Order: sequence, then C-alpha cells, then structure tokens
Amino acid sequence: MTTDTLAPTPLNPRSWLYPTPRGLYCEPGDFYVDPAFAVARAVITHGHGDHARPGHRAALATPETLAIMRTRFQDMPDTDQQPLKYGESVRMGEVEVGFAPAGHILGSAQAVLAYRGQRIVVSGDFKRRPDPTCPPFEPVPCDVFITEATFALPVFHHPSDAGEIGKLLRSVATFPERTHLVGVYALGKCQRVIRLLRQAGYDKRIWLHGSLLALCKLYQDHGIDLGDVAPVSEAILETFKGAIVLCPPSALADRWTRRFADPIAAVCSGWMGVRARARQRGAELPLIISDHADWAELTQTLKDVGAPKVWVTHGREEALVHYARSIGIDAEALHLAGREEEES
Amino acid sequence: MQAFARLLDALSFQPARNAKLRLIETYLGETPDPDRGWALAALTGGLDFPAAKPALLRGFGQEKIGEELFTMSYDYVGDLAETLALIWETDPDAGPPPTLGEVVETLQRASRSETPAILKRWLDALDSTGRWALLKLLTGALRVGVSARLAKQAVANIGHQPVDAVEEIWHRLSAPYRPLFDWLLHDAPRPSSNAGGAFLPPMLANPIDRTELDTLDPAHFRAEWKWDGIRVQVASSGGVKRLYSRAGEDVSGAFPDIVDAIDFEGVFDGELLVRRETAVAPFNDLQQRLNRKTVTPKMLKEHPAHVRLYDVLWLEGQDLRVLSFDERRARLEAWIAVKERPRFDLSPLVTFRDWAHLAEQREAMRADGIEGLMLKRADSAYLAGRPKGPWFKWKRDPMLADCVLMYAQRGHGKRSSFYSDFTFGCWRDGADGKRELAPVGKAYFGFTDEELRWLDKWVRDHTTNRFGPVREVSHGLVLEIAFDGIARSTRHKSGVSMRFPRINRIRTDKPADEADTVATLLKLVP
Repeated sequence: MTTDTLAPTPLNPRSWLYPTPRGLYCEPGDFYVDPAFAVARAVITHGHGDHARPGHRAALATPETLAIMRTRFQDMPDTDQQPLKYGESVRMGEVEVGFAPAGHILGSAQAVLAYRGQRIVVSGDFKRRPDPTCPPFEPVPCDVFITEATFALPVFHHPSDAGEIGKLLRSVATFPERTHLVGVYALGKCQRVIRLLRQAGYDKRIWLHGSLLALCKLYQDHGIDLGDVAPVSEAILETFKGAIVLCPPSALADRWTRRFADPIAAVCSGWMGVRARARQRGAELPLIISDHADWAELTQTLKDVGAPKVWVTHGREEALVHYARSIGIDAEALHLAGREEEES
Repeated sequence: MQAFARLLDALSFQPARNAKLRLIETYLGETPDPDRGWALAALTGGLDFPAAKPALLRGFGQEKIGEELFTMSYDYVGDLAETLALIWETDPDAGPPPTLGEVVETLQRASRSETPAILKRWLDALDSTGRWALLKLLTGALRVGVSARLAKQAVANIGHQPVDAVEEIWHRLSAPYRPLFDWLLHDAPRPSSNAGGAFLPPMLANPIDRTELDTLDPAHFRAEWKWDGIRVQVASSGGVKRLYSRAGEDVSGAFPDIVDAIDFEGVFDGELLVRRETAVAPFNDLQQRLNRKTVTPKMLKEHPAHVRLYDVLWLEGQDLRVLSFDERRARLEAWIAVKERPRFDLSPLVTFRDWAHLAEQREAMRADGIEGLMLKRADSAYLAGRPKGPWFKWKRDPMLADCVLMYAQRGHGKRSSFYSDFTFGCWRDGADGKRELAPVGKAYFGFTDEELRWLDKWVRDHTTNRFGPVREVSHGLVLEIAFDGIARSTRHKSGVSMRFPRINRIRTDKPADEADTVATLLKLVP
C-alpha cells in the first residue's frame, strides 16, 4: 500500500448539489434552491416567478425577497419564512448557507453554499451595471460558480441605460400628442425604469397599469423614491397626450390601450437588442434595458469570481460553456426544471 | 450614414404604410444630394457592391469572436448583417463615421483587396445601428418592409406626382437620381420616358373562386390560360431591347435567345416559358435558366426560351393602354398574323358559354404548364398595379397529400424564434422491409400566426433530437400539404419534388400511420 491511496478522494460537487425534476437539490442540507414546485425546504434567490413559487413549507430568503413573495402570494401564512440578510449565514443540515447581493432586483441574492470546505455559489439571476433599486453584485470566490446565461451570446451588448431612457424621452418630445406606453416587467424593471426616468430629470406624473401598483408600493416602502406615480384607473379628465404610461408587456396589445391617445408601444427588455425579437413583440420603440448580465458582464464575472468550475444554466448555455472552456475553466451546462425564457 | 441608419431603423419598426412613407419623404426632403439619391437606390434595390459579399462578413465575424461563437450568434439572430453589427464593438478612437455618399463612392472606387480594411474602419467608427445599416446596404438586403414601389411612391409624393409617372421613367434613370430630384423638387423638366424601351408597370389580377364568379356576368369577361412560367414584359424601342420581370427587373442578360429574336418595336405583356417543339416544359426547366449571369450554348439548346403573349401595351409609337382589352387583343392578333416568329406566339382565348362551362374546361385541363385561368373584363383598360375588379386569376385547385412532420427549423428574420420551416415525409418500405418515412418536401407558409404558435409549441414538446437550429420530432403529427405540381427528382431522397408546397391543414384528427405513401405521390406525377 502506498500513501497515495490514503489521500482523501476530492469531494465531487455534483455529489452534494445536483438537479432533480423538482429543481436544484442540496443533499447534505436537504433543501432545494429556487425549486420549480412546492417543497419542504427552499432557498430562494429572488422574487421572480420562475425562482420564487408559493407553497413551500419553509423558505429561506432575504427579507426583501420574502416581502415580495408575501405581496405576490397572499402573505404565505402556511410557509415558515426565514429571513437572512446579505452577508449573514445560517446552517441547514450540514451546509452553511449565506447570501451575497446579485444586483438583479430588490432583494436579489446569490446563494453561497459551503460544505466540507467546498464552496458553491448559485448566482440566481444577476447583472453588473449599477441599478438604483438594489445593491450591486458582489463577486464571491468559490470552487463552483453557477451562472445564468439568459444573454450569453456575443450579440448581446446592452447599451447604457441613460442612452435608452434618452431615446424614450426624445420620442416623447417628438410626438407630444401621443401616449407612450412602456411595457415593463412588474417586478424590478418597472421600478428601475421609473428611477432611471427620475435620474434623467423627468419629474412629471408617471401613470401605472393596475397590476404594477402593489410592487411599486413595496419598493416605496423600502425607501425607493418613485416620485409622482398614479394608477391609470384613477385618472379624471386625463387625455394621456404626451404621457408616459407603464404597463406589463402583455397589456400592450390589450383592449385596455384603447383609452390612450394614438399610443406608441415601447418595450423595455434585453431582447430588444435583436430586431426580430423586437418586431415579434410589436415594439415600435424598442428600449434595451435588462436586469440580466450581457455577454461582456457574464464573461467578466467568470474572471472576477475565479471559480475553476462553472455550471451554466437557463439561456444560451452552449456559448458560455464554449467561452469558459476557451479560457481554461471546467464548464458544463446544468439543465434545471422550470426555467422558461422570461421577461428580461 | 447616421441619418440613413436612423431612417432604416425607424422603418424597420414602423408597421404602418403611411408612417413609412412619411419617414422616407421626410428623409428625402431633408437630406442633400447625392446622399438621398443613394438612399433611394438602396431602398429600391439598385445598389450592388461586388466586393462585399456574405462570405466576407462571415469572415470578419469569425475573426472577431471565433467560428463557434459566431455560428451560434448567427443561428440565434438569423441575419448575418445584424449579427456582425451586434458583436462588433465601437472604437472611440476610430474618428467620425462616414456619410452615405462617402460609403457608396468609396466602395465603387475601391479595389477588392482594399475593401476589407475600409469596412473595418467604418465598423469601428459607427454605432450598432450604423453598422447594421451599413452592412444591410452592402449585402443588398435591407428588409425594412419597404418595397421598391413604396420608395418610388415616397419620392413621387415629395414632388406631388403620381407614382406611375416615376415608374415610367425609372429605367432611364440611374443613381443618385439628380435629374429626378431636380424635376420633383426644383421645377426642372421631367426626364424623358422614351416610351417603348422603358418598363411599363404591369397590370395584375386578384384571386377569385367559383362562388365569387357567380356575382359576375360571364358576358363581360374574356378567359385565357394562366401559363405556369414567369410573367414578363418585352420592351423594344430605338434599338434598345429588353426583357423585364413583373417587378421591373431587367432579366435580358439571362435570355439572349429572346432578346436576339426581337425584330420589332413595342411593349408586350406575356409569359416566359421553356418550350420544346410545341409543348411547354415544366416550370423546373425554366428555373434552370433563371438567375444566371452567363448562359451556355448547351443551356440555350436544351432549354429554349419562349414568350407567350397576352397583351400589347405600346405599338407603332402609340400607347395602347387606354384602349379596351378587346381592342388591344385585336391589335395584338393582327400584329402577330403579319409575321411568324418562332420565339413568340399568342396565348389563345378560351371560349365559354357560362361559368359552369368554363369550370368544366378548367377541370379537364390537366396539361403541364397551366396554372389556371385568367379572366379579364372585355372593356378593361390596361391599368398599372392590381386594380380591384377588371382582372381575376382563377387558379387550378391544388393537389393534396397527408404527410408526417419530421423536422422543423427556426425561421429567419421575424420568425427567428419560431420553428416555422417544416420538413415532412410520406411512408415507404425501407431497405429492411420496415415502413419508414422519406422526406418529400419542406413548407414554411400556409398557416396563420396562431397555427404557427401552435406548431412551434408542438415541435418544442415533441423534440427527439436537435441539430443546431433544426429539431427532429416524433412522428406523430399529420399535415395536409397543398401543392401545385409534382415531378420526379433525382436530387430528393424520396424521388419526388413538390412545387410550391404549403401547409393546408393541421390534421390532429389523423393518426400518423394513416398518412400517404410515396407510391401514392408518384401516381400524381403527370
């Protein structure tokens, strides 16, 4: 017998964190990360519908994410809610669980999982550029980094937010007799676009579709100043000429829009960078504003995190895996249940 | 270039025709010569840069990010120029972006070897929209939802002229169209149309079916066969002899046998066919002659071209378009009776008592080379465009086959996220004696937007294998395919090729093993 056989077998990360039909499962901690179905114990990275689902018996998340979930899921009285702030950690089974900011939306976190000296970071969704509604992404050194790949193709270079908001304001100035209907995702994008408009000096009232109200109120309660916003349903003697009205993208083609003055459909999404996508969505004014990292941010993040292993999930895994391997990272695709191409 | 890029960008997202016109008119009014002229040439498809072909752009992209990532990017975006515009990053030190005139004039002078370096400098200097516009321009496929006709309409509008006044002189003009703008905007005389050698916008027909026919009086109409070739205009004046496609494209170069046989002056409307002895060859044969820069003597001998005349627009220095169909027909018959011309003959009228009688003849006519019937009002003047009422086309009913969906591919352009190109097959006995599917065709239209969404979902839910943008699906969906013709083919595995196949119906009611066999299809081959 040589001493070689006595050396401990290196821990295979796939042995303690792996995909199952219910979602990503951490065996020694007996919990799922962002499961696609109701489970006994869930760790939730952020409040978007494909990550946060109702019905878990216990849910660990940032206080902001839990607040978002309560707003969306009728207070979740049957879920044991376990708030955990950024930078703090808690033990679940044999695993140490902590949260670091992901810069995606209010409350969004990367789940930092440590087990037997090995650290895996489940980044959830993230972006790297500044967002006035949440703290910036924090790179956490780790052994395995699980990254999203929503915009993981070199064709995605999101332009500056200020430039895109400028496009909207120029259009409002060019067509002062028309209503600008801006399609935004209700959680995150909506509030960020309002803040960006305020930063650009737009101080007029911004009108909101009814389905955006609850989450805007939640953001305001968390100290994010949205300025003068009001629901469309409360408008009296309002022609909406020259107005900016925010609504979910699905409402852009709805009969609801008939009340407005010859509306122009603007859509805020990272997909607007590709013309065919913008046309499919019926956007007359595509605005490339995304809460997900673009190609440059994704590739930079792999370098910043410095993990020797990267698992790539939801989106264009193939391209990012190819890139990561080309710079010497051991990368593979990780297929997770329940991840659809979302509003981004 | 930036102003032109903004125009193309706005056009590409603007669905309304009138708003598109306004955008082009505004641009043409605000932009000085020669840029606006080059822009007009670009919008009407009149610019060609031999040194900037897709292979060059693909090479640029691969050089920038490597072949694999470029291929993935292109597969995703579905448009080469846009892909390159998106992956390229602006260099802040590259200096000012070029003007449109500078781009066109530089490329026309630059040699093939100089072009790549020039292009790269421009790509560095432009922003993403500017790069996209530049590359669209260079590859000659703008795809911003503007037809040549619409662009001509816009230019006519800025001078308060009817669009046909522009169409008639169009082929006498060349980019950057200074005399055109001088006429429209600065009271200069109208450039001469020299009627005869010029393209005259053709008259087009609306589709009609049997039930709609009953609302029309058969006595008012003349019928003729609708030949299955290519609608052309033969125009000859002052020694200038030309053959134009229906869209006004000059196709003389591909058909020297026709052009050489023009020993007359006038403008005629007819159908271009390949004809051997007296028989019209299948459309496939004509296709061999199309889109060729040079034509070999062998090709001329084996695929002789022929024009079957429908109408006469201009004869002996006289514009006949104001005359009625009957009067023009009489002039045409008299003209053709004077001299025999082997390359030209007259499309005969089909006589009929009433619609039922005509329907019978339509049913009975199974000959190759006939697509259906044309119905023309006896008193109709020859009007440019597609006026509602005077002319109708009554196509032959398509053939139908029930086929099984085998593969689906993502579309390009607007459909780049939809599985919208469908390969389908029919059953036959395989080498091992088992029944197998052999692909018999590919269709990418015939369905509504709603059906497309349904098909797209079906494909995603039944994928068994993926090859890049192509998905193989389980053999469980029957599609009723309509097609206008079928021929034996050595290029297709199944041995048949369909003409103009499209999805007629989605047969969710029919089990896949009850779909048609290749043998059944072969029986349809004439």
